[in-house]
Amino acid sequence: MTVRSYGFGAIALEAAVQVPATFEYRRASSVEDALALLERFGEEARVIAGGHSLLPMMKLRLARPEFLVDINDLHELDYLRLEGGELLIGALTRHRTLLESELVGRLFPIFHDAERVIADPPVRNRGTIGGSLCQADPAEDLSAVCTAVRAVAVILGPGGRRSVPMQEFYRGPYETAVGAGELLVEIRVPVRPNAGSAYRKVERKTGDWAVAAAGGALSLADDGRIGWAGIGLAAVSTSLAGYRRVEEALVGREPTDELFTEAGRIAAEDCDPLSDLRGTEEYKRHLAGELTHRALTLAAERARAAGGTGGKDA
Amino acid sequence: MTAVTESAETGSAPASERPVGYGRLKRKEDPRFVRGKGHYVDDVQLPGMLHGAVLRSPLAHARIVSIDTSAAESHPKVRAVITGAALEGLGLAWMPTLSMDTQAVLATDKVRFQGQEVAFVVAEDHYAARDALELIDVEYEPLPPVINARHALDADAPVIRDDLEGRTDNHIFDWEAGDKAATDEVFARADVVVTQEMLYPRVHPAPLETCGCVADMDPVDGKLTLWETTQAPHAHRTLYAMVAGLPEQKIRVISPDIGGGFGNKVGIYPGYVCAVVGSILTKKPVKWVEDRSENLMSTSFARDYHMRGEIAATREGKILGVRVKVLADHGAFNGTAQPTKYPAGFFHIFTGSYDIEAAHCQVTGVYTNKAPGGVAYACSFRVTEAVYLVERLVDCLADELGQDPAELRMRNLLRPEQFPYENKTGWEYDSGDYPATLRKALDLAGYDTLRREQAERRARGELMGIGLSFFTETVGAGPRKHMDILGLGMADGCELRVHPTGKAVVRLSVQSQGQGHETTFAQIVAEELGIPPEDIEVVHGDTDQTPFGLGTYGSRSTPVSGAAAAVVARKVRDKARIIAGAMLEVTPEDLEWEKGRWFVKGDPGTARTIQEIALAAHGALELPEGVEGHLEATTVYNPPNLTFPYGAYLCVVDVDPGTGEVKVRRFVAVDDCGTRINPMIIEGQVHGGLADGVGMALMEIISFDEDGNCLSGSFMDYLVPTALETPAWELGNTVTPSPHHPIGAKGVGESATVGSPAAVVNAVMDAIGVRHADMPLTPGRVWQAMHGGVEPPQ
Ligand SMILES: Cc1cc2nc3c(=O)[nH]c(=O)nc-3n(C[C@H](O)[C@H](O)[C@H](O)COP(=O)(O)OP(=O)(O)OC[C@H]3O[C@@H](n4cnc5c(N)ncnc54)[C@H](O)[C@@H]3O)c2cc1C
Repeated sequence: MTVRSYGFGAIALEAAVQVPATFEYRRASSVEDALALLERFGEEARVIAGGHSLLPMMKLRLARPEFLVDINDLHELDYLRLEGGELLIGALTRHRTLLESELVGRLFPIFHDAERVIADPPVRNRGTIGGSLCQADPAEDLSAVCTAVRAVAVILGPGGRRSVPMQEFYRGPYETAVGAGELLVEIRVPVRPNAGSAYRKVERKTGDWAVAAAGGALSLADDGRIGWAGIGLAAVSTSLAGYRRVEEALVGREPTDELFTEAGRIAAEDCDPLSDLRGTEEYKRHLAGELTHRALTLAAERARAAGGTGGKDA
Repeated sequence: MTAVTESAETGSAPASERPVGYGRLKRKEDPRFVRGKGHYVDDVQLPGMLHGAVLRSPLAHARIVSIDTSAAESHPKVRAVITGAALEGLGLAWMPTLSMDTQAVLATDKVRFQGQEVAFVVAEDHYAARDALELIDVEYEPLPPVINARHALDADAPVIRDDLEGRTDNHIFDWEAGDKAATDEVFARADVVVTQEMLYPRVHPAPLETCGCVADMDPVDGKLTLWETTQAPHAHRTLYAMVAGLPEQKIRVISPDIGGGFGNKVGIYPGYVCAVVGSILTKKPVKWVEDRSENLMSTSFARDYHMRGEIAATREGKILGVRVKVLADHGAFNGTAQPTKYPAGFFHIFTGSYDIEAAHCQVTGVYTNKAPGGVAYACSFRVTEAVYLVERLVDCLADELGQDPAELRMRNLLRPEQFPYENKTGWEYDSGDYPATLRKALDLAGYDTLRREQAERRARGELMGIGLSFFTETVGAGPRKHMDILGLGMADGCELRVHPTGKAVVRLSVQSQGQGHETTFAQIVAEELGIPPEDIEVVHGDTDQTPFGLGTYGSRSTPVSGAAAAVVARKVRDKARIIAGAMLEVTPEDLEWEKGRWFVKGDPGTARTIQEIALAAHGALELPEGVEGHLEATTVYNPPNLTFPYGAYLCVVDVDPGTGEVKVRRFVAVDDCGTRINPMIIEGQVHGGLADGVGMALMEIISFDEDGNCLSGSFMDYLVPTALETPAWELGNTVTPSPHHPIGAKGVGESATVGSPAAVVNAVMDAIGVRHADMPLTPGRVWQAMHGGVEPPQ
């Protein structure tokens, strides 16, 4: 079985089977119960959240977990709240909840931009942010978003609780810092004053995985220059991060169109896309630049608007 | 926007407002569909039913060294494992295709495409059957595959069909139409000749319901009942009788509700044959239903036409001739569904809607290591390819001459007085007023305003495009003397019986896959007899209950069976006249018909309704000498010619210059399908076809890598459009009845699929100022076309 591009759909199906292999199934009743089940079943156990990535992989027999630990009853992991200057997002928060949250939209419009173009309503009704980040598909939108806003993942396991910044959380395609027996429980996003963020994606049709996508977040200093910037791109590299050069080029500069063009140029240089049915390497590189430019332009507009409407005290 | 008569819109409107005959009427079948009460093949549950699954080849081309089924056979829930070798013993390892080729049911010698059927497992449940597939051990010796049709005829190309006696290459057929010498002469004296290579990529019908069946061979009376996803139940029954040697009266094919066909469900698939064999072996009913990937990878695809088109014209823009060479990729077995005489289907209607002097086409069919089938997907036997070719060529010519594409079309369209029109490749177009239809589309769209807007946007660096297409369809196959499939003539039967209480049942040979036959055919009979449509039961899809006929595809239901329904109703009406005469004690000639009743000429008050006549026909009334009782009739309709629906389409797109994304902003479709039986159903057919067209133009393709791996085996990769990719359709119509058809109806099932792709592509080319780029126009391909050109897709 060869993986030809990201977004698990783009796989050459060497055998057309769409029925999963046999597995056992347990429904966890609490976070502790989930951890205990994971520990008991060991390496062969997998958490199932919304199931919108895991079940298709199981049906194609790309994944064959022997045990499924269902965490959908863990309502204690389904929350959104502002606390200590951070937006806290429970790992079981559904795409739909993020999209409908006024709080999220006001503080981080980048989440709403992305959620509007992730899959379709039935998938968004079930799919979770935790599942999205843990799936770690290089074309995954929320990972790029979380990278841009410098989110931190909170992981719970037999060894206790630890916090991992997005850049370290994501270890490569389909690999994360979450180890066997561990659970991602929370995503924390620092709220910055005078900040704006935006996400831009090109897809072949609604609900398709990204051909390329770019997220940009920035905050403006009192002198109107860029005080801080974060960038995350999806589907153009095996890594979501790696745009430090872009971020460095932005900080301390006036948010002008030329600057964002320059930022786009660097992003296009630093990404590493593959040619596939979604587009050639050349096109995707172009998109990395174009979409970075567009996302930053919109992020800066929003930052200016936030500056004028009380975004400072958020 | 189409004018909608609100009052007659709903089936639940008061009976007095519902049409007794033609008109807008909600579909009779929809209550069961919207309530989830449809009954599809996969809903069939029989006592003791077993489940089948197909093991498929992972390789595109390989010799089978060995197959070990022992582990699968010892699976506790497995009842049978069938291989090609086992079928060979029964004489069933190979079956004929619809193009008189042979196709492996289960591979014996080689596998010839990825996804080809290799073994069949019958087990107690769906899951066990699939688990057991993994226990079958097949050893393959890989062979180099032929994937690109352009290399299929290379001297060193591996021979795919070495099973065929004496085969030394991958050539299937050469076929031509038109007058080569006359065409060459026209091209030699033309001021302008434009040549364009274009590929109509491989696409897939992708019906939401995949293919499947339940085979139930009664071990006692030897009767086979086969529930199948088929568009042609009668043709299937006859083929099973011929191939498997089962007596035809002992085969009953039932095609229940079908979740979309689009041509995908015309042919016989190996899975059906295996399920039948499975039922014979296990003496139990066997269900087999494909997965989505199996459907996309192994069942009938469409198109895959590599075309080199040339158009010749005067400098003023008078088109003189069209010339085309086609390389047709038919996959590993030539399984194309089409009338026997026409290996390229009706592609030779590529002269389109224009008054030209000469035309010639030459088509070469080749084998490749890809799934077989072809023609499928709402194309009216390759009219889609033909329309795409000529409508793209006309735009290329407009570009070359610097002329407006609407004006260029208007100048060259056939004129009303030229009908019936003999085109240059052997068709006789029945009727039409093409300029009026084009004018209507341009007016509906506001063409001049759109062109002005386009100029303003261009000045601002925005990319807006306007694309036109004018198509002539050729449907309703067909006259028996010219058209058959595997020797079966393309005529269709119809039976009508009026019950004593004046209600009726009409039995059709064609089968609906969503076209609304239960409504349309009731309306046809209603129009002729004056019995309300809700009093007419339409029976179809069961060979034990319906007369013989070739089924639904190529937009043939209304042109062929619709005619049969009208003819049979007229027979009943004639008989009713005799009976009414006896009732009123006048001679039949003294009676005059008004919808629903026969009345005495000059005395409209003295009459008998069709319901009164029906009761009398079954009662004690003394009937005239030689007249049998009851009120029923049968007929077989042999069409004298095909019908030629046509239309003018206009598409407006916006292209994002930075990303190449195409947004279809507007789509205006003016269709002429002759007499309009149920305008609401027609609009539904057009809406669906337009969505298909946008899909093909912008996103659909079955792709392969160089090893022959199919890269489009799921809906994540085979993209079909949704409401979000399609605009609010703007429809209009003109009505030019077909003069040779009993009710003047021409058929409309495929018009929009046939006509729309060219309009979308023309619009995108207009927006980006590029002469040609092949479909699908995904953002990446559009952007490449804008920056130095894009290769044909693989
Ligand atoms: C048709 C379709 C289109 C899609 N399009 C897009 C798109 O455009 N963009 C996009 O970004 N995504 C897309 N997705 C993916 C979608 O966003 C999924 O919902 C998401 O990737 C996974 O979330 P989930 O809750 O369903 O995870 P699941 O499928 O339940 O799990 C995914 C993985 O994460 C692990 N996991 C889940 N939760 C936890 C946890 N709390 N701790 C540890 N491990 C965990 C699971 O074990 C599994 O390995 C699409 C999906 C579908 C079906």
